[in-house]
Amino acid sequence: MSMLEIKNLHVRIENREILKGLNLTVNAGEVHSIMGPNGSGKSTLAQVLARRENYVVTEGEILLDGKDLLAMKPEDAACEGVFMAFQYPIEIAGISNVYFLRSALNAIRKYHGKKEMDAMDFMPFYKSKMKLLEVDESFMTRSVNEGFSGGEKKRNEILQMALLEPKLCILDETDSGLDIDALRIVANGVNAMRSPDRATIVITHYQRLLDYIVPDFVHVLVDGRIVKSGGKELALTLEEQGYVGVEAEARATAVAV
Amino acid sequence: MSTTIQQLPSYLETFLQLQKQSPVHHQDSWLKGVREAAFTSFCQLGFPTLRDEDWRFTSVAPIANTDFQLAEVASGSVTEKDVAPYRLEGLTAQLVFVNGRFAPRLSRLPETLKGLEISSLAEASETHRALVEKHLARYADSDKEAFTALNTAFFEDGAFISIPRGLALQEPIYLLYLNTGGSSPQIASPRNLIVAGENSQATILEDYVSLAPGVSLTNVVTELVAADQAVLHHYRIERESTEAFHVSTLSIQQERSSTVNSHSVLTGGALVRNNIQPVLAGEGGNCLINGLFISNGKQHLDNYMHVEHRSPHCGSHQFYNGILDGESRGVFHGRILVCQDAQQTDSKQTNRNLLLSDTAQMDTKPQLEIFADDVKCTHSATIGQIDEVALFYLRSRGLDEAAAKGLLLFAFASECLDRMSPGPIRNYVSKIILRALPQAKQSEETL
Repeated sequence: MSMLEIKNLHVRIENREILKGLNLTVNAGEVHSIMGPNGSGKSTLAQVLARRENYVVTEGEILLDGKDLLAMKPEDAACEGVFMAFQYPIEIAGISNVYFLRSALNAIRKYHGKKEMDAMDFMPFYKSKMKLLEVDESFMTRSVNEGFSGGEKKRNEILQMALLEPKLCILDETDSGLDIDALRIVANGVNAMRSPDRATIVITHYQRLLDYIVPDFVHVLVDGRIVKSGGKELALTLEEQGYVGVEAEARATAVAV
Repeated sequence: MSTTIQQLPSYLETFLQLQKQSPVHHQDSWLKGVREAAFTSFCQLGFPTLRDEDWRFTSVAPIANTDFQLAEVASGSVTEKDVAPYRLEGLTAQLVFVNGRFAPRLSRLPETLKGLEISSLAEASETHRALVEKHLARYADSDKEAFTALNTAFFEDGAFISIPRGLALQEPIYLLYLNTGGSSPQIASPRNLIVAGENSQATILEDYVSLAPGVSLTNVVTELVAADQAVLHHYRIERESTEAFHVSTLSIQQERSSTVNSHSVLTGGALVRNNIQPVLAGEGGNCLINGLFISNGKQHLDNYMHVEHRSPHCGSHQFYNGILDGESRGVFHGRILVCQDAQQTDSKQTNRNLLLSDTAQMDTKPQLEIFADDVKCTHSATIGQIDEVALFYLRSRGLDEAAAKGLLLFAFASECLDRMSPGPIRNYVSKIILRALPQAKQSEETL
């Protein structure tokens, strides 16, 4: 059984159809990259997987290890192991990172019938992950993302991911707005988490990130459908030729259909 | 010649009767004249109506239409067990008042420091008459404000605190006001006077609670004088029963380079009006008015502040956050008056509100009146709902909806907590806020 099976997914937001019959299968241990031009539906896919409620699924299904993901609330999906690193992480004044993360981790542990982690056990665990993401310890007591630079926010997303240890990681344009140093740190964090039990979906507009997080598969999303799939070389081709070629190809196919 | 007889509001009849019954009315004291003038003023003013600009959003008809009695002397029936839940452990100065009267049996007083006075106002008006007479009823205005006039006419007791010049009190002073409630509506009128000498420093907490449900009116006036360079932290917590009416007035007189930080947290009461009225009389004074109110059901919580900048180089900063649920109503009415001489005034007013239900209602009215020409004054007000994206963000990390909401509400309330100095009072207030936010309950154990 595959970890993630997306079949004929149709999604609307505010009466506009964004995803128009998307199919994707992801197995444990694999890294998939989804590339595509702006407005093709990449972020919509990420939001739906994380169970954002204002996206309406009109058709199709998503199975996570055989369970109906579309029946899950965002917190259930998180507890079942779905983690989306936000393209634009939210600033939450008044809640410290350490408090937020321990609450989140304990919510997930509780869901699995595990004992909650006390502050004594949590701190060394948190600190080890901070080291991985090359994050200053002052992060702990700062409010969630408040006043963080773009790079700090993205590192904080991957730090959260490293702590919560999801089985399905979704990176929604995590590379956007990052300089090369931050990109390298973020990629190191993601690569450190690669394991045979875990799958990763890397959503990006640019090939650059894939130099650091090397995917097993690359899919091109155009106008709500995956129009082309291949290995990591496909990303390089796209980088050279742009999306114009695949877009034209997609239109031709759509007309033919 | 004919005379027209104006129809008098029926409550005046009630209060005339109450005045005759009031023990203070028969006392032969230097205060007698002050009280009588105040009562006359109340009779002339009458209760405010919606036509009064300062009461546009708050009708006090429920108070005017209630047949009140003077609060009974109930200190004998209140036991240590009743007080225990409100004790702030570790504090040596804890004064307890039952229905507005000092209860020495339940109070704890510190060993006296030279010149420091912490006592009952009734007692102090005899033992420290000169000081009391110099300040009492000099700042709270009985000529213009009906509730202040009513308090002045009826108060029997309250707290008297005088901090001598140069003394920095490390420990906060806790004033606990117990309302015994009961089946017949009663009115209590505590009166407090706080005088902070030059270069002195102190922290004072007033906490208003109900021991039992029942219609009541607590009409309290606190006058606070900060002499040159004094630094005062004043906290007011109002958490009476949801049947209680509560009107409180804090009149602040600030002399040169003094600092007063006023913090209000309102969570209880059916109809509540909290007036904060600083006068920045001396140059270089600074005043912070920080507030949080949390309402539910049919509560009506009105936060009124009137800041008067009379001298140059003063600052006043108001921050009020409101969280409204159910069919409750909230009011923020902040008025800043900058007099002609008050150049270089730096004044800011911020009111942020969260509505948790479709039926809650918030009226916010920031108001600036500026007669000086070189000042910096800003105001802003927002009314919104819980941020859906933030809620999704927290849920996407595994927190369920209730926990995520609780966290966001507590974070919103924390903006107010963060303006309080760290210490036992802030911790105490933080727990009260958590209890008032049912959604935030599960966060309590981890804090």
